[in-house]
Amino acid sequence: MMKQILFILIGFFFGIIMFKSEAASWFRIYEMFRFEAFHMYGIIGTALAFGILFVQIIKRYKIKSFDGNEIKIAPKDKSFSRYMYGGIIFGLGWALVGACPGPIFVLIGAGYLPIIIVFLSAALGTFLYGLVKDKLPH
Amino acid sequence: MDFLFQPWHWFVSGFLIALTMLILLLMGKRFGMSSNLRTFCAACGAGKASAFFRFDWKSDQWNLLVVFGAMLGGFIASHYLSAAEMPAISEATKASLSSIQVSVDNKYLPVELFSISALSDIKTIVILVIGGLLVGFGARYAGGCTSGHAISGLSNLQLPSLIAVIGFFIGGLVMVHLLFPLIF
Repeated sequence: MMKQILFILIGFFFGIIMFKSEAASWFRIYEMFRFEAFHMYGIIGTALAFGILFVQIIKRYKIKSFDGNEIKIAPKDKSFSRYMYGGIIFGLGWALVGACPGPIFVLIGAGYLPIIIVFLSAALGTFLYGLVKDKLPH
Repeated sequence: MDFLFQPWHWFVSGFLIALTMLILLLMGKRFGMSSNLRTFCAACGAGKASAFFRFDWKSDQWNLLVVFGAMLGGFIASHYLSAAEMPAISEATKASLSSIQVSVDNKYLPVELFSISALSDIKTIVILVIGGLLVGFGARYAGGCTSGHAISGLSNLQLPSLIAVIGFFIGGLVMVHLLFPLIF
């Protein structure tokens, strides 16, 4: 129960960060893809710099998770096509609706009801991928 | 307290995103938002249609809790920690908005796409549906979205994530620069 509350709290803070950083705003995504401001690059760059630092510290000092297990980040399968094709398809959608999956949930909570259409369509897109995945180059 | 109500600086935001990832790692989990869409499909019974959705989705319930929290966070941030105003985007970006029929006197999200009244135009609904389909399909095909690849994956210096992020940008640039003039 304690752990469940903790997960909700992590999401809660993440939701506030996404909204307040404006990373959940269509305008910032549009601006990013036009290279007209540093804002989004600053967010992603800072997150990456600290992210790399944290992961390196975990690896170097073999830091264990709270429940005492080794923290292992499983490497992704080696491939080019799935990441490139999938990435391009994702990018087209990200720029069009200005929201990636995290912000989709944040914006529904914020009360933007049309985003529910985006969410249901994204779930349908995931479902369609599950149907045709074996026919796609991976 | 005033700083809470202002839009947050990119450095603070970026650091806090990395911290979110770190806490999830320390809890023995991985930072990834789009996998919730697969979990959602599985919970709705998609396993009947494809083996891709036949997995122990109940073990991913923690991630649904994160998403539930994110919705609460979005509610609090928009209603109590801001006026949900239009971001202070650059003048150049503002100047370009008129070419895609978006007003410069706007809200956090453009009312032309994300207000209830905009839904009376069938074109808006088509845009939202196609955008959602691309996001959901692409994220699963690529094996992750912005959180899983651009933040977690690149933090772990994974080549697949770099390829995916390059793909995200190719797609985004094509959409904004080539397709927006045709769509709007």
